[in-house]
Amino acid sequence: MRLRLVPEITSLDFFSRSKLWLGLSSILIVASLVSFFSMGLNFGIDFRGGTTIRTESAQTVDIGVYRGAIDALGLGDVTITEVFDPTFGPDQNVAMIRIQAQEGEESASAEMVALVEGALAEAIPDIQFVSVESVGPKVSGELVQTAITAVALAIGAVLIYIWLRFEWQFALGAVVALVHDVVLTIGIFSIVQIRFDLAIIAALLTIVGYSLNDTVVVFDRVRENLRKFKQMTLKEVLNLSINETLSRTLMTSVTTLLALISLFVLGGDVIRGFVFAMIWGVVVGTYSSVFVASTILLYLGVKRDWSKPDKGAGTQFANVDA
Amino acid sequence: MLYIETWKRVLIILACAAGLLLAAPNLFYDRVETHNDAVKAIEARGATPELEADLAEWPSWLPSGLVNLGLDLRGGAHLLAEVQTGDVYAARMDALWPEVRDTLRAERDTIGTIRRQPSASDTLRIRISQPENMAQALDAVRALAQPIQTLSGVGESDIDVTASGDEIVVTLSDAEKLASDDRTVRQALEIIRRRIDEAGTREPTIQRQGSDRILIQVPGVGSAAELKEIIGTTAQLTFSRVINRTTDPDTRAGTGNKLVPALDEEGTYYVIESAPVVTGEDLVDAQPAFDQNGSPAVNFRFNPHGARRFGEYTALNIGSPFAIVLDDEVISAPVIQSHIPGGSGIITGNFTVEESTDLAVLLRAGALPAELTFLEERTIGPELGQDSIEAGKIATMVAFAAVLVFMFLSYGMFGIFANIALIINVGLIFGLLSMIGATLTLPGIAGIVLTVGMAVDANVLVFERIREELKTAKGPSRAIQLGYEKALSAILDANITTFITAVILFAIGSGPVRGFSITLGLGIITSVFTAIFVTRLMIVMWFERRRPKTLEV
Repeated sequence: MRLRLVPEITSLDFFSRSKLWLGLSSILIVASLVSFFSMGLNFGIDFRGGTTIRTESAQTVDIGVYRGAIDALGLGDVTITEVFDPTFGPDQNVAMIRIQAQEGEESASAEMVALVEGALAEAIPDIQFVSVESVGPKVSGELVQTAITAVALAIGAVLIYIWLRFEWQFALGAVVALVHDVVLTIGIFSIVQIRFDLAIIAALLTIVGYSLNDTVVVFDRVRENLRKFKQMTLKEVLNLSINETLSRTLMTSVTTLLALISLFVLGGDVIRGFVFAMIWGVVVGTYSSVFVASTILLYLGVKRDWSKPDKGAGTQFANVDA
Repeated sequence: MLYIETWKRVLIILACAAGLLLAAPNLFYDRVETHNDAVKAIEARGATPELEADLAEWPSWLPSGLVNLGLDLRGGAHLLAEVQTGDVYAARMDALWPEVRDTLRAERDTIGTIRRQPSASDTLRIRISQPENMAQALDAVRALAQPIQTLSGVGESDIDVTASGDEIVVTLSDAEKLASDDRTVRQALEIIRRRIDEAGTREPTIQRQGSDRILIQVPGVGSAAELKEIIGTTAQLTFSRVINRTTDPDTRAGTGNKLVPALDEEGTYYVIESAPVVTGEDLVDAQPAFDQNGSPAVNFRFNPHGARRFGEYTALNIGSPFAIVLDDEVISAPVIQSHIPGGSGIITGNFTVEESTDLAVLLRAGALPAELTFLEERTIGPELGQDSIEAGKIATMVAFAAVLVFMFLSYGMFGIFANIALIINVGLIFGLLSMIGATLTLPGIAGIVLTVGMAVDANVLVFERIREELKTAKGPSRAIQLGYEKALSAILDANITTFITAVILFAIGSGPVRGFSITLGLGIITSVFTAIFVTRLMIVMWFERRRPKTLEV
């Protein structure tokens, strides 16, 4: 007996409540934007400059002691958080200290780090500084620029590719779904206030890729079915295509999620934020390719008078043969 | 019909075998690394029994390429430095001044007396007492300009000479500034590389970024501060004429001279001539040594130009002191005992053995042409990296196991084929990473785990399609063939779009993001390859042996 995530033949109607889904997505997008503009993101030093110090000690972390040692130095905004992780040993007490970029300094500040390390070593004798990272404000400004460019470029390139391979309606549907995913991901980072650093941009772009992957598979089937069933309404074709690919959509999401969840639980705290973004992206991406991209396509409509006979519907690459 | 030609089969199998063979060294990381280090050491210094033993850790005929571990996995220091290219302009102007002065003096009859005016460090302002003949003065100065080679080939000159009231204003032309900046950064890069190589660390990354930045990553160095110490010291060595020795820090040095402190004697200052007799640039060698009294010192040797100048100077100044100045501090100020013609000498001071070794290294590597400011500093402790590797390993294995089990449960026999392909796939990724000498970072591991999850996607697409085709009952062989044909466009479109994002990440990103994009991009290539060719080959071979009448996928 095989494991089946969905029955062999499904004929669910994905558009009977299309307004509900679009409404839900709209609400989530608005919520994300509101959160983003009111609470902002918990930017890491990559994006706003400053210094982070990761410490390790056999003694339990007493934030008060850390704060007492550092506050005397008058370094402005300092955040101290204890880090917990199932992969830590019993004597591993880890804290992250973040210090804002110091005024009037263009570069990373080594003297300041030495001061902080000295003060902490006095308060907690066995403290170790496992990593110290400083980013000057000059670079962090550029990194923001680069990150925005990267995401915009990726979305633009994808828009063009799908437009070339399909029709513009498909491209628009896919890109709306993409933007939807990216906005919701930024939204969740803003709401939960997880640290947003350079690696999260990589995660965002992967979500862009993944969400597309899903959307393109559905669209590919739509294109094929549009040629095959010329009498069907667009809504029927879309429903049929989503149903036909549903098993695959869920299979891929589940295998990817299995891999990501194991990384989330066991991969250590350093990349947890990164993996969280990906997990969220896979869930949202799967949802959006079924409910957002296709619905947009339904509202936009597609041109159906295929002037050429469908020589190789859906098999443009069939000459690539093993 | 299901059929794959023999040569294609051989090619597919060979490709997999080659990939796995290239990946193999990574399973024995420590041994191979010892071997590789030994190879380099023997090349550099000749063989010793210990090195031979290290060499034997891994057979030489096997591939020995390894995936480099990024700083976040191995620990080490990362610096992003900006070269203050403007520093060089001031030196250029100072060097130009005597030439301009001499030229204008020759024209004294028409332009009158000349006087250098205070100005920004990258401009030279000269006031002339008869501004009505300014045109003539400008022509004279312009004659000093040198043509520079530019890409456009148009003969631009290196300086701009303009008039401002009764002053001549000389600045470097924009084209010359560009050329000069480029030279400065390249020189700085070379010197940083030499200094780090002298310090003898493994696989440093020293790259130019953008027009004036240098990225330095050195695994195994304790901290960014240590790394800065290795590269950051300017080590500007000069041999200068001593005018006076004093204990008063407020002594007026007078024009053309400067006051510098002594390195070892607190409260002692020297007035020296600003223009040095010989500089460190004329040094060809410097070695740690011991002087007659057995205390540590540094032996040095000049190139012929430096040797001649030093020889002439010592011949003319027997009995007077001269100063050896490092970074505006007098290391020692010996009295010239005799003419020193050979161009070699010894620097003594109150050195420890370590200090004399460091100084020799710095002198050999040469001085940085301009100051560096550090925009980014990161230190990652080796323990943190080790923890990350361990966590990454466990997570990857669990992810792997979960996906393997899930695929088997879902697709039975075909699931096993997909699983074998998946294992080959990860092997191929490592093989390719080793081959191009790419660097594996923590996000890179995440990229591999993500690939594990997504690599099955192509297989799932095919298997699901085969299932569908089976429903229309054209027989198993036809169903498999159609399944592959019809799933192909979806596989390619889906993967090409993801690949586009990987390429953009690679082009724009840096550091860990780039590492991630490399594994993601390679993962896409290998997973498409394994799904279209490897799984298919396995299915076809299985099908040929069994010839099943019905098929359950």
